[in-house]
Amino acid sequence: MAPMDWLGPAEWNALALSLRVSFWATLVSLPPGILVAHALARGNFPGRQLLNGIVHLPLILPPVVTGYLLLLTFGTRGPIGGFLNETFGIVFAFRWTGAALAAGVMAFPLMVRAIRLSIEAVDPKLEQAGATLGASRVWVFLTVTLPLILPGIIAGSILAFAKAMGEFGATITFVSNIPGQTQTVPSAIYAFLQVPGGESSALRLVLISVAVAMTALLVSELVATRVARRIGGR
Amino acid sequence: MLHVSLRHALSGFTLDVDFTAPAGVTALFGRSGSGKTTVVNAVAGLLQPEQGRVAINGGDLVDTARRIWVPPHKRRVGYVFQEGRLFPHLTVRQNLTYGRWFSGAARDAAEFDRVVSLLGIGGLLGRHPGALSGGEKQRVAIGRALLSRPRLLLMDEPLAALDEARKSEILPYLERIRDEEDVPILYVSHSIAEVARLATTVVVLDGGRVVRAGPAADVLSDPEAVPAFGVRQAGSVLTGRVVRHHPDDLTEVAVSAGSLFLPGRLAEPGTVVRIRIEAQDVMLARSRPQDISALNILPATVSALRRGEGPGVVVQLQAGEDRILARITRRSADALGLEPGTLCFAITKTVSVAPVDIGTPG
Repeated sequence: MAPMDWLGPAEWNALALSLRVSFWATLVSLPPGILVAHALARGNFPGRQLLNGIVHLPLILPPVVTGYLLLLTFGTRGPIGGFLNETFGIVFAFRWTGAALAAGVMAFPLMVRAIRLSIEAVDPKLEQAGATLGASRVWVFLTVTLPLILPGIIAGSILAFAKAMGEFGATITFVSNIPGQTQTVPSAIYAFLQVPGGESSALRLVLISVAVAMTALLVSELVATRVARRIGGR
Repeated sequence: MLHVSLRHALSGFTLDVDFTAPAGVTALFGRSGSGKTTVVNAVAGLLQPEQGRVAINGGDLVDTARRIWVPPHKRRVGYVFQEGRLFPHLTVRQNLTYGRWFSGAARDAAEFDRVVSLLGIGGLLGRHPGALSGGEKQRVAIGRALLSRPRLLLMDEPLAALDEARKSEILPYLERIRDEEDVPILYVSHSIAEVARLATTVVVLDGGRVVRAGPAADVLSDPEAVPAFGVRQAGSVLTGRVVRHHPDDLTEVAVSAGSLFLPGRLAEPGTVVRIRIEAQDVMLARSRPQDISALNILPATVSALRRGEGPGVVVQLQAGEDRILARITRRSADALGLEPGTLCFAITKTVSVAPVDIGTPG
């Protein structure tokens, strides 16, 4: 039996949507994630603790609250959502892009934490050495810091991806649970469990969730050890 | 030519220095915690001094009075750190070419090959720093700094983390850089043996202040500088020319006041060498001693005496054009009636001159 047949169309849609949402959520939050992690690890500016708090907020707040706050700010009538809609025609509310935004926001603190730890592990003396050899701060970051924190970036991305795959509360609050539009795997499992006879569909999605999570974990371990070995120079 | 004039508060004391480093190796000597690294970091731009001015060849790098601050990456100052600080994710070759990338210089294969062979690191190019020994790492770090085309090389105790064998492995390379490269070097060290071997100019720091500065031969043979160097390490430097090797494994070296016999087969005849003789290894006699095992006896004239707080006296002697320091007891100095102008003989055992004390003059 081909996987297409094993999964019903609704289940298949949910899985495809979840993968797409998580992929974009991870990819788009990576550059700001590295930037914020670097600022928190190496920066020495007023507002540093405030930034740290804001980044970690989604980890502490109930997801429903985060979802509601997203709806207030990024909804079509919200200050940012309204502006994006009128100026660029970008709509988040009740679209898959909104699901990606919610997943990205929820995964952001995990990603920043992993990358921040790896930046703190880089010896600032190596960055000084780069500067004395003529590299500006940006070049030092690109040629010394970035390659050395690659394992942390990979770990942070996988963690963020896994978190995005499992994100439920903020997503359902912000973009609801529309099959084919915003119904990700967790939302679909929840929906299937609400209707009689939906248990088998729910169970199949649960198995897939477990498989995806395990694969992500294994791949991250594999890549991280490889990169670490290359950096260690053996 | 480097000019440094700094004032900066450190924990416990204030660094307040003013010195000039001409061509060649200027050794910044002082005990740990005397402010040497702070000076070097201020020159490299890794530390912002509270007050002062740093200039290379008349161009300002820092001038706090005129609010001039050149960031480190624009200073073109090569820095060899005590711990090497090679980039672990790059190969030796990539580490070596890192600086050229930013210097804007065209790819110069001949220059690369020249530095690689100067430092003997041709066999290491494909390796990562993790697979190098301490001495190899340090040679690569020196090459990396040289290849960034610096206007000045800074070396902060580059040998301090190495054992004695590795030190004597690297010292000849440093001598070659001093003699063959057209770049002034500011060399930080608390090892007087390294200073005596490499320095053309010596600046002695103590408690954040310059207590002595001048040509190496003058400062090292200055009795007044002995406390700063430490009585057990102080010693003068003589310059001589290898005359020949004797069959009993001695090398005869002609110095201005006579001949010295040094252990082992040194450089080929004709080579000019620089020999450090520790003050505590020199005996003095009023008449030329007979039937004595020591082989090196040079006629000399006492030029200065310095009586310390303890039982010792440091005697400076003029032997031809060289100066020799001898550390003897006050009792002996009185018994011999030593005073400036006294003629006497300086006696040294051949075996008390270690191989590490013999180098090229620079």
